Amino acid sequence: MKVSAIITLKKDVLDPQGKVIHQTLDGMGFKDVNEVRQGKYFEIDVKENDPQKAQKIVEEMCNKLLANLVIENYKIIEIQ
Amino acid sequence: MKSAVITFPGSNCDRDMHVALNKFGFKNKMVWHNDNELPKSDLVVLPGGFSYGDYLRCGSMASKSKIMQSVINFAKSGGLVMGICNGFQILVESGLVPGILLRNKYLEFICKNVFVKINNKDNPYFKNLDKEVFELHIAHNEGNYFCTNDQLKEIVDNNQVAIYYCSDNGKTEEKFNPNGSLKNIAGIFNKEKNVLGMMPHPERMIDKSLSGEDGSLFFKNLLNNIK
Repeated sequence: MKVSAIITLKKDVLDPQGKVIHQTLDGMGFKDVNEVRQGKYFEIDVKENDPQKAQKIVEEMCNKLLANLVIENYKIIEIQ
Repeated sequence: MKSAVITFPGSNCDRDMHVALNKFGFKNKMVWHNDNELPKSDLVVLPGGFSYGDYLRCGSMASKSKIMQSVINFAKSGGLVMGICNGFQILVESGLVPGILLRNKYLEFICKNVFVKINNKDNPYFKNLDKEVFELHIAHNEGNYFCTNDQLKEIVDNNQVAIYYCSDNGKTEEKFNPNGSLKNIAGIFNKEKNVLGMMPHPERMIDKSLSGEDGSLFFKNLLNNIK
């Protein structure tokens, strides 16, 4: 199964890259932006045909390596 | 006294640390990240560099290296473990010290001398030093220390802050903070104070003609403290 996960910075963590992207967008003429937050996206192909089991495996990966829960949250967004 | 410096793929301060430790009387051994066991050591050092190309998060891959289980066991049994720069990032990612190091506030790689003030001398690293403010070198892109409010409370309550960024006369104001680090924190201990993580490089300050000698004071004192 292919599992997709996104990792985002927690709300109260400063995101200087997002800030610079916001400023650049503003300079390009995109004036209607309130805020930009940058995150990470993973597509993981696991050798498991049961979607629930596949999700569990990727959640464990997120907890142990892919995300640092001091500053980040993760979310499984698709299993196919 | 025996020490061990771990070399990860992408470490680049490992040999500098080796030279520094030997210069001040340690018998140092270099240890490869893929080894299972640490040699018998009084001090283990995780050096600076860019382990695994800083992929994912700085220090995250190195913290899962084979040797790290042995380093974690050594630290948990009271052994002295010191992480400098990328080594500090590896320590936070392995959970040996709390918090994390984020990208520098102004998105610049910072490479310069800074002053740091020692906050806690009740530990083997800083005990008996008769100086409060040290001039050391920093070179990093992710040195912006961050932790949750609960962690910060615990760190302060247990007196775990090791050093603060400060002025040449020891003022720890925001304007002397090079990277946006929480409360000007440049280095912290674990609860028991046997594990020290810090961004500045003492091993770059061991020669009067090249830099300065505040690193020499640190290493000489460390050796005397653990003799």
